[in-house]
Amino acid sequence: MTEQAVLPGPGAGLVKRPRRAPWVQHSILPGFGLSLGITLAYLGAIVVLPLIALAVRPWELGLAGVWHALAAPRVAAALKLSFGISALAALVNAPLGLLIAWTLTRYVFPGRRILDALVDLPFALPTAVAGIALTALYAPTGPLGSLAARVGLKTAYSPLGIFIALVFIGLPFVVRSLQPVLQDFDQELEEAATTLGANAVQRAVRVILPALAPSLISGVSLAFARAVGEYGSVVFIAGNLPGRTEIAPLLIVIKLEQYDYAGAAAIGLAMVAISFGSLALINWLQLFLAGRGRA
Amino acid sequence: MVAARPISSSRLPGLAFFLVVASAAAMSVLVLMPLIVVFHDAFLKGLGKYLASIRDPDALSAVRLTLLVAAIAVPLNALFGIAAAWCIAKFEFRGKGALLTLIDLPFSMSPVVSGLVWVLLFGAQGWFGTWLLDHDIKIIFATSGLVLATILVTFPFVARELIPLMQDQGADEEAAALTLGASGFTTFWMITLPNIRWALLYGVLLCNARAMGEFGAVSVVSGHIRGLTTTLPLHVEVLYNDYDFVGAFAAASLLASLGLITLVLKTGLEWRHAGELSANRRR
Repeated sequence: MTEQAVLPGPGAGLVKRPRRAPWVQHSILPGFGLSLGITLAYLGAIVVLPLIALAVRPWELGLAGVWHALAAPRVAAALKLSFGISALAALVNAPLGLLIAWTLTRYVFPGRRILDALVDLPFALPTAVAGIALTALYAPTGPLGSLAARVGLKTAYSPLGIFIALVFIGLPFVVRSLQPVLQDFDQELEEAATTLGANAVQRAVRVILPALAPSLISGVSLAFARAVGEYGSVVFIAGNLPGRTEIAPLLIVIKLEQYDYAGAAAIGLAMVAISFGSLALINWLQLFLAGRGRA
Repeated sequence: MVAARPISSSRLPGLAFFLVVASAAAMSVLVLMPLIVVFHDAFLKGLGKYLASIRDPDALSAVRLTLLVAAIAVPLNALFGIAAAWCIAKFEFRGKGALLTLIDLPFSMSPVVSGLVWVLLFGAQGWFGTWLLDHDIKIIFATSGLVLATILVTFPFVARELIPLMQDQGADEEAAALTLGASGFTTFWMITLPNIRWALLYGVLLCNARAMGEFGAVSVVSGHIRGLTTTLPLHVEVLYNDYDFVGAFAAASLLASLGLITLVLKTGLEWRHAGELSANRRR
């Protein structure tokens, strides 16, 4: 908003223009102080103050204490499980999401709009509902669990069950990240590749995939971030065996039940830190790929 | 049956057909079956058992508590969303990027952490724990704790829908109204609000669905006191852990219906009012 945009209105000369701090560009619109005040106060109370507590409280244990709390075999196993299976599920979501986004944007077929709306179901279904539904399906007596058992696979109450739940909740992130890019993809590029003699596979791998890479990575990283923190859809199907199928968020709950606030906060802080670290890494990868695509 | 849109792919009707069938199959197994099993298991022992589970006093109080928590959390977050979008989209000031990052932050936090932070502040051994105890105020294991946890989890929903839309719309219409002599409030009420109403409704819809369905964050602060601090998702958990599967799935079917209704309304908004939603919501 520049000074030129402000037209001299009736009585403009009479009203004394309110003076604002130099870090704000002048605007004729009112309510800046009020809306920023509400925003900062609410943000401070709901987000900042609680986060300060999360950042500060683990250190009641001292540096060695925090390390001790995180390196304890049960905690280390839970962190490894949460981050490992989340990464695996997010990676599997990449081809799966690509397949679904591709068919939804490229082909016209009966039921396409319903399929498109269904993609959001994992968002819309409350996590506890998804949790007990997935458990009922994949339990040894459930319709899919008994099928898997026939080929010797244990789905529910095993790491595989956690994996299935995390694929379920991560799928929409990948599909919804890819759809707009596929929709806007310049078809002339593909046609040019075809006239130059590229076959379907070459077009997909050398023309379309590089253009999709940044949004594919961002979709996968969103799915990963969500999976790491996921609780409701996982606790029912996991079986929660300490050291084997116990996820990090559940361990926070257990520590709190034992009134070990600092220990719980240490796990929470470690989760936030590792998540941010991996998201930063993924961001860097994305910039790197985008830069290479432009060169 | 399968018509390919682009010229290039129409040479591969076999492949197109295969890809469509493969995605439909993947979606059916992964996404549709969990939805079906909720309703199937809820009615497993017949309609009578189902109705009895829903009319159970604990279930009814869980529904009431869920509605109460959402009725407090959603309007507060909607007001915040409007205020945040107003100052971020209509004004230029330093530190905006940091503000946006902070607003988005709750999305990348584990729900359990969103509950944990309130215990660290207001729990028995929290920073304000003793003070609260001395003044006989209960937050953790009480309704106010459930409200705080829900507010934190659903914090960015409305702001996130409004900010990009209002940034696109700019401030020209408001500036015109003001120069014609309209008051600030009139300008907001007559110009801004009509411009953002569908996006606001969209954000409130998503915020409400999450608020009513939230499990992890409220589970940490609730204490699971039956009939007192169990919201509907927690009621599902309590019944499930008691091996009352029909009861658990009956309560879950209510939540699944909420999710389905949200999905239908959301898709309807995306189709009908695409132009009035933020660009990334247009379909």
